Amino acid sequence: MSRQAVRAGDPKKVSGELFTLTYGALVAQLLKDYESDEEASKQLDKMGYNIGIRLIEDFLARSNVGRCHDFRETADVIAKVGFKMFLGIIPVVTNWSPAGDEFSLLVENNPLTDFVELPEGHSNLDYSAILCGVLRGALEMVQMEVSAWFVQDQLKGDNITEIRIKFIRRLEDAVPVGED
Amino acid sequence: MSGNYYFVIVGHHDNPVFEMEFASGSRSSDPKKDDHRHLNQFIAHAALDLVDEQVWMTNNMYLKIVDKFNEWFVSAFVTAGRMRLIMLHDIKNEEGIKNFFQEVYETYIKHAMNPFYEPNTRIKSAAFDRKVHYAGKKYLTG
Repeated sequence: MSRQAVRAGDPKKVSGELFTLTYGALVAQLLKDYESDEEASKQLDKMGYNIGIRLIEDFLARSNVGRCHDFRETADVIAKVGFKMFLGIIPVVTNWSPAGDEFSLLVENNPLTDFVELPEGHSNLDYSAILCGVLRGALEMVQMEVSAWFVQDQLKGDNITEIRIKFIRRLEDAVPVGED
Repeated sequence: MSGNYYFVIVGHHDNPVFEMEFASGSRSSDPKKDDHRHLNQFIAHAALDLVDEQVWMTNNMYLKIVDKFNEWFVSAFVTAGRMRLIMLHDIKNEEGIKNFFQEVYETYIKHAMNPFYEPNTRIKSAAFDRKVHYAGKKYLTG
């Protein structure tokens, strides 16, 4: 009984296609359940948030990067280490706002959207909304409140997928109510 | 040199999932030819039984010519998921039809990977339409 073909390398690695198909099935089901594009996108964002708050621990443990000194460093780490580690792609960091608190990530081949075509009548669906949620959740755990949204989306006809991230404020660790 | 082709993808419930016609040479709405359009569906449907028989007799997906009706030949290609690609043609273009089937098969697989496409339902994608049309021009009508 040889299982070398399946277990080559890290046993926890899964085929990229399986990942893409799983995500696709998830979005299709969400769309069927909620019917509205906005509602489904919102749910994806929420799910992404829940993933992000947990993912950040895994990320920091595996990547060993230290504290970022400014937002620019944060952007670079997200693109070159974070995205590379979990999706295998390196988006381009660009379009910095003059105040330095907003930037864009340009993604050329998003593994989540391989083979996907948005169905008729659902052109408002943010298919990869989960990514915005993940970014939001992960950065919240490292004391940064940000907002992330899609500026351009290849599934909606644009040439490239662009995610915009805006720094809102630094979060202070709040002492829970009732404790000193 | 009348290269007329009628292509249909038939689903598991004998339902047409996709249909397309190709014709070489100018064939501008001949009333006689228009009459034959619904006949094509009938011929293809009648050939399905023969296709299903042939499937078990060979390992290949391409079944070549399985039936003949008056001047129409019926060629078939059955995918691993039992989707039947049926081609009605009036000239024996075996090489061209085989290449066409292969290309449409690959296009179909890519389309089926779309999470929003329910298998066995009508294919409405414009991109799929274009690709099949292009394959037809390349391999069938030249």
